[in-house]
Amino acid sequence: MQATHRLDAVFAALADPTRRAIIARLASGQASVMELAEPFAMSQPAISKHLKVLERAGLISRGREAQRRPRRLEAKRLEDADKWLERYRKLWEANYQRLDTLLEQLKTQEKERKSR
Amino acid sequence: MKHALTITKSGDRDLVMTREFDAPRKLVYDAHTKPDLVRQWLLGPPGWTMPVCDMDVRVGGTYRWVWRKETDGSEMGMGGVYREVKAPERLVTTEKFDEAWYPGESLNTLVLVEQGGRTTLTQTMRYESPAAREAVIKSGMEKGVEASYDRLADVLAASAANQR
Repeated sequence: MQATHRLDAVFAALADPTRRAIIARLASGQASVMELAEPFAMSQPAISKHLKVLERAGLISRGREAQRRPRRLEAKRLEDADKWLERYRKLWEANYQRLDTLLEQLKTQEKERKSR
Repeated sequence: MKHALTITKSGDRDLVMTREFDAPRKLVYDAHTKPDLVRQWLLGPPGWTMPVCDMDVRVGGTYRWVWRKETDGSEMGMGGVYREVKAPERLVTTEKFDEAWYPGESLNTLVLVEQGGRTTLTQTMRYESPAAREAVIKSGMEKGVEASYDRLADVLAASAANQR
């Protein structure tokens, strides 16, 4: 899969609140489908569907333990997605932080002008 | 972070950025309309400067901005027309990059709201079509982050931290 397509899949997978909750749960350790279904008012098949989407995006994988087949987080993929969105944010944050500094200077100048 | 920048999708072709500043809106407005102030902060990635910053801030007036990467001399330019000019609260401009990677131009609306000496900036970018907005978001250029991405950042950061 091309990098951009892969990221599309990641972001599409993460656009859903239930799937984000699953990711947050897996961040604290691997869990079985049953354990993952518990906190949600959802059937196991419904949870399994969400898990499939996350798996296809490469965000989670299955453990080898027989029966239980616990899901675990693929942290590397999450970090890739994080980096990607951080690029946009950083660009504008850098601009706006410079603007903060400039505004402080302007405020000081205004005060000096008024006190003259 | 003291003042979080949020970038969200709105409707089917808008992107909206909001951020707060510890200054009266007159100053924030000046920083968006006076060239000698604009070129001090509107720079983009590290290593870029803004050698051209021409702005004729009146309805029907044009603006022209060019950035240059000093290490290799590459340039990026854009410009447009002022559609509405209402100091110190509202500025509507068109925006088109010289080498646009998305169809058409965008219509940018800057709204500044002051409360207790602080200013909330809202910058809305309306693209020609939903497809144009998607192109912006996916391009890796400056403006796009989905609403859900924004909420996600916390989850991602927490997840990454837990995995270390």
